[in-house]
Amino acid sequence: MTSFNSDSILETINMIRVHHLDIRTVTLALSLRDCCDTDVKAVGEKIYNKIIKYAKNLTTMAQEIEDEYSIPIINKRIAVTPISLVGESCKNYDYVYLAKVLDKAAQDVGVNFIGGFGALVEKGCTRGDEALIESIPEALAQTERICSSVNVASSKAGINMDAVLKMGKTIKKAAEITADKDGIGAAKLVCFCNVPSDNPFMAGAFHGYGEPECALNVGVSGPGVVRAAIEALPIGTSFDEVANKIKQIAYKITSTGELVGREMAQKMGIPFGIIDLSLAPTPEIGDSVAGIFQAMGLEHAGAHGTTAALAMLNDAVKKGGIMASSHVGGLSGAFIPVSEDAGMIEAATKGCLTFDKLEAMTSVCSVGLDMIAIPGDTSSDTISGIIADEMAIGMINKKTTAVRIIPAPNKKEGDKVVFGGLLGEAPIMSVNKLSCANFVQRGGRIPAPIHSLNN
Amino acid sequence: MENRSENKIIITVSGVDRIGIVAKVANILAENQINIEDIKQTIMQDYFVMFLLGDISKAKKSFKEIKECLQKAGEELQMEIWVQKKQIFDNMHNI
Repeated sequence: MTSFNSDSILETINMIRVHHLDIRTVTLALSLRDCCDTDVKAVGEKIYNKIIKYAKNLTTMAQEIEDEYSIPIINKRIAVTPISLVGESCKNYDYVYLAKVLDKAAQDVGVNFIGGFGALVEKGCTRGDEALIESIPEALAQTERICSSVNVASSKAGINMDAVLKMGKTIKKAAEITADKDGIGAAKLVCFCNVPSDNPFMAGAFHGYGEPECALNVGVSGPGVVRAAIEALPIGTSFDEVANKIKQIAYKITSTGELVGREMAQKMGIPFGIIDLSLAPTPEIGDSVAGIFQAMGLEHAGAHGTTAALAMLNDAVKKGGIMASSHVGGLSGAFIPVSEDAGMIEAATKGCLTFDKLEAMTSVCSVGLDMIAIPGDTSSDTISGIIADEMAIGMINKKTTAVRIIPAPNKKEGDKVVFGGLLGEAPIMSVNKLSCANFVQRGGRIPAPIHSLNN
Repeated sequence: MENRSENKIIITVSGVDRIGIVAKVANILAENQINIEDIKQTIMQDYFVMFLLGDISKAKKSFKEIKECLQKAGEELQMEIWVQKKQIFDNMHNI
């Protein structure tokens, strides 16, 4: 005879029902390295067949798990080998065609995003990498479910400034040719420094070169739960206790993700990969990372103290979560996207949260500048400058950083973009108007930093 | 098979108290060969809350069918009924 603790049951149900605890994503990571061929049509056929074979039950299995535990699994997704590699063996490159095949496969298995349309170019581009980057705007405009990521820097390799320059232009073009949808192309495109190869979250998910044939990776969420737990503490509770409370909650959130991941992997007959122990917000009220800052005592995200609050939050989430899972990976930490977080949107709209403050916050958050809309007339050189700064933060601090910004066509400061769904909406934030053209156009690489004499 | 944790389910019933809640839920469980291993009920802020630990190892129906059956009863009783495998609570609240 087993028994139960009714308080624990109520707590769990409350976390799900009131505070939006959910599994943010179950992501099937799949190698497409065996899909190479000299004929691009043959590559497309192999890719399509392989995705269907492995992912046909993904959404049904996720639904079953959702039923069994009554915990919502918000997104079912697929991450594949960087497509630059898969399409590179073709006599004639046609990466837009491969994007359409991936999109069709994703649609047919019922997933809302497929990641991996990208390349790793921190030291330089192969011919395939260049062709892929060139094709990104068109590929994103002609598909619905494709997400693209390009790693342009690492702590070991430095920053590939040629790629940074190219990505500035690519982001700008991706937004321009999707102007009818507020530049949504750029919302599905991200540049990385130190990109993790097992990240289940979009837009940066892909299946790296050191990964197995396939794996099931899980991304958890739950900023609303953390906020509620902090608010329940007596006013004036010290940081020591706040940090401990966050750790306890992170453990509970992550252990649930671990259970879902293992069960799901077993049902699908594939290995369980990693848990990305993250706090990922959604635009829904109460599901906000910015709300956690307010619970900690800040008037709004962006107030002085926000970077410190985020640093503590990010660290405590990792400390609490790490013990709940045998394999932690991905981006693990607190995400700070603007358009996907109701509290961040409010702070940005009121002018409390500026671009420069966000950049500072990225030195301690889980990723980087995320889902920030900027004026449509921002030059591609300025975008490259923004990328270079963000890559430098990641490179020097040995952390993952990223840039996902949307130069919203025909929009200016004070306007807003609306993408809907999880991508949310965002006010256009102003960026520094000084020119960095002569800087970013130098080309070459910023050398890898020294890894001693730290300061 | 019988005592394996994946066969344990927790049923949580909450709402305005009325006659026949326990009877109705227990009846469905009996009809479906689900053994009640533990049961606890309480009144919280004027709301009736019942927790029930069941074993579905002898049940003829699938977990999904049992859950649908109980949720239908919940609608009839105007009560909120959650049916979950017990593992989620074991994982979340035990180290």
